[in-house]
Amino acid sequence: MALGRTYSIALVGLNGYMVEVEADIGQTLPAFVILGLPDASLNEAKERIRSAAKNSGIPLSRRKITANLIPASLPKRGSGFDLAVTIAVLRAANDIKPTGRTVFIAELGLDGRLRPVRGIPPAVMASVQAGYPDIVVARANFAEASLVPGAKVRGYRTLARLALDFGADPQELALDFEPDDTDDDAEGVPQPGPCPDMADVSGQGDARRALEVAAAGAHHLLLTGPPGAGKTMLAERLPGLLPDLGDHESMEVTAIHSLCGLPASSVQLLRRPPFENPHHSATAAAIIGGGSGLPRPGAASRAHRGVLFLDEAPEYERRVLDALRQPLESGELVIHRSGGTAAYPARFQLVLAANPCPCGKASGKGLDCTCTPMMRRRYLARMSGPLLDRVDIQLQVERVSLAEFGQAGTEEDTALIAGRVLDARARQAERLHCFGLETNSQVPGRVLRGELRLPAGATRILDQSLERGVLTARGYDRVLRLAWTLADLGHRDAPDTNDIGQALGLRQAAAVAA
Amino acid sequence: MKSKDLLGRRGEDLAAGFLEALGMLVVERNWRCPEGEIDIVALDGDALVIAEVKTRRSLDYGHPFEAVGPEKLARLHRLGGAWCRDRELRMPLRRVDVIAVVDDGGGEPVVEHLKGVG
Repeated sequence: MALGRTYSIALVGLNGYMVEVEADIGQTLPAFVILGLPDASLNEAKERIRSAAKNSGIPLSRRKITANLIPASLPKRGSGFDLAVTIAVLRAANDIKPTGRTVFIAELGLDGRLRPVRGIPPAVMASVQAGYPDIVVARANFAEASLVPGAKVRGYRTLARLALDFGADPQELALDFEPDDTDDDAEGVPQPGPCPDMADVSGQGDARRALEVAAAGAHHLLLTGPPGAGKTMLAERLPGLLPDLGDHESMEVTAIHSLCGLPASSVQLLRRPPFENPHHSATAAAIIGGGSGLPRPGAASRAHRGVLFLDEAPEYERRVLDALRQPLESGELVIHRSGGTAAYPARFQLVLAANPCPCGKASGKGLDCTCTPMMRRRYLARMSGPLLDRVDIQLQVERVSLAEFGQAGTEEDTALIAGRVLDARARQAERLHCFGLETNSQVPGRVLRGELRLPAGATRILDQSLERGVLTARGYDRVLRLAWTLADLGHRDAPDTNDIGQALGLRQAAAVAA
Repeated sequence: MKSKDLLGRRGEDLAAGFLEALGMLVVERNWRCPEGEIDIVALDGDALVIAEVKTRRSLDYGHPFEAVGPEKLARLHRLGGAWCRDRELRMPLRRVDVIAVVDDGGGEPVVEHLKGVG
């Protein structure tokens, strides 16, 4: 019977679907047809496969080859099906033995080498979950694929070697071909540099404290201040304060980064929270994800479980900023395009930085500022109320004074602060695990005002603010969350009046200035 | 005669013998009309067979079958009709076969036959 059958994985966003590949060899004039909604790069696979098979010493049959990718209704894209189709065709021609339930994910080079593809971790995860743990990938994807628990991964450099292991005739195979694959291994992959240290920041006591609170409770943060005050410097140091990612989070982050083709994800699990710093000219599609056909993840998803830093936030298009409101609430982005719908996780910590006005000099007394009051209001109003309402900490950063600047090198370093953050996170986890939560920033209002309700005496100042209309109901909850984080950092079992007062201060500093 | 024509001639002889060995009756060879040439016209039972023979010395420039594209197939079907009109025959069962001959000069030539293509 001239029929071969193999398995592969189609990725739609981060979800993988099993794809069955059938190949049939018909007794008619030579042709190669791929069925099952292939895209352009998958259709080009025909030529890659023909050359790769010939150069590996196992030329394809000179008849009509029909490859069918099932389910036919699911659009298939990319070059990752090359290998599965090749193996199915070779099986149909009886060149190799049946491959059973093995899953093949790799691209082919014309010379017969196996090339790595993107998005291996989510594909391998889907395969293991579907009950197909035997997976063959390119050698360069081996480390990445092996990260998935339960997967039995084999990595090959060439089609010839792979065919040999599946019972092809060793006399025919081009086994002496060994591609020089310097890009296979960890060398050459740029490792993320160490996060800059907090000890480099002179002075800025309030901002340092705010950063620590933000890290401890995973609160969103807005820094306003004149150019040169150190807003960017502070924001870049936030990822260093965050604890390492857990196994599950680490897998999620690695999967997204692999899908985006970011190099560091290909050899190891990403254990450190990512830091994304897009330029303010970025479009909505670049930030939240999109693109033609099937949507790809944007900066917000690449910052999943890490920090999304928007420097010069008022310079972003308003609709870009407002598009972030939904992931801030749900931690997920669902994007619809012609090619399908993709859901990407986007539970990031947002850090916004802004100048106080277009000229940037309206801090302190603002005597040098050349902006009109209207320009100033318009500038900060570009960050919409609903967005800022979701930002727990809003802080004014002033320029460093000469006295503080002179004392460089005396400040606490990242390791020390990260230790306190880790401690506070542990306290939160202990208190919140019965609600299925991890950090204060995730606690829903009904829990804050239900099981975790504070005595009326402690919240009086908040109740007054709400009554006077200074605080929205959502803002009220956010102050409570901040107060809990302050209590955790201070090793108190519940926030007291002082914590709530401080929390209100951290939240309102910028609002007063604007 | 050029050597490539000799090779083609030898291939066609081999192909004709091959078809006869299959029990077909070769009716005519190298029939020409303004539109082109039919290598072999044969009868397989009730069916009229228009056979195209492709001969190669080696596979270096592709398999002979790969040289028969959709255009050529369409022409062979038209030539089949032209042959019937020319002979004033009515042949409702008509098909196009392709025969590949690979003859590297030494050893036995390899003959492959595809029935009813296109």
